[in-house]
Amino acid sequence: MTRAWLMVMLTGALTWAIKGAGPLVFGSAGTRAGRSLPDRASGVVARIGPALFGALIVVQTFARGRELSLDARALGLGAAAMAAYLRAPPVVSLLAAVSGTALVRLLCPGGGS
Amino acid sequence: VPHPIALEPTVRAGIRAVLPLAAAIALVELSFGALAATSGLTPAAAVFMSATTFAGSAQFAAVSLFGSGGSVLACALAAALLNARYLAMGAALGPALRGPAWKRLILAQLAVDESWAAAYLGEGRFSLSRMIGAALLLFVVHVAATALGAVAVALGAVAGVSVLGRLDVLGLDAAFPALFLILLWPHLQARAGLEAALLGASVALALVPVAPPGIPVLAAASVSLLGLRGR
Repeated sequence: MTRAWLMVMLTGALTWAIKGAGPLVFGSAGTRAGRSLPDRASGVVARIGPALFGALIVVQTFARGRELSLDARALGLGAAAMAAYLRAPPVVSLLAAVSGTALVRLLCPGGGS
Repeated sequence: VPHPIALEPTVRAGIRAVLPLAAAIALVELSFGALAATSGLTPAAAVFMSATTFAGSAQFAAVSLFGSGGSVLACALAAALLNARYLAMGAALGPALRGPAWKRLILAQLAVDESWAAAYLGEGRFSLSRMIGAALLLFVVHVAATALGAVAVALGAVAGVSVLGRLDVLGLDAAFPALFLILLWPHLQARAGLEAALLGASVALALVPVAPPGIPVLAAASVSLLGLRGR
């Protein structure tokens, strides 16, 4: 096996293990619902969604590698937030983000990277 | 008796939830295929990787490190670090999955950020069929675009063209945070959701300059786990 294939196999195996761990431990073998998490744990799990979304939003908007950067993406996100606030359909919010970001980059090629 | 190829409404709802992202993901994976082909992977290896490691950011990390001479182990660990958030996401998703262990292991692979988010109903509940619908569409686009990108580079058809650069000009990189904002929006009505989102965002933002990529999001998702120990 070449090094490239070895890397692909090893990365895949680790990913399967990481993604599979939770469902293997907390899922159920039968047709009934999986083992339910203890009360306190389900309260915690209820917070993972919003916490994760919040983190992904700021990292994908303000991070460039390990540097923080205020650029065209922030304006695009602002446009999406405005559209969502005005109860626009999701696809309109996405288009607002993409076109807003592209427009800033078009108008100021240096600063809007 | 339902038509054999008729999809359940919830599966269709999952597909609809991520449909607006299809073009952006296609371009991202097109550039992944191109990157892989210029980093020493054959088109077959690139496609196999997209089909088995179904996680875009981890693939980019592993392959770009590989292309710059990183060891096999270092590449796999970089990907594992970026994927570590799936430990927390998998724990949350776990109770929604039923059936024999091999089946749960396979279903678990369908969880990517976008499909997990599309399946998230709030209050820690998930719709498995919504996740399957979203993941089906994402998987097909993901693998097909990787193949296209890798083969195009292998054939020399797009030599000298930076697909990644074009992605930025089009503003498509802004589609991803916008999608997560749309998915987060309904959860902001509840005080607990708003607090969790602000905490997650602050932790991630504070860690970006000081921690390797992957850690900020993992830490933000894990902060909510600290509540398990308190009280």
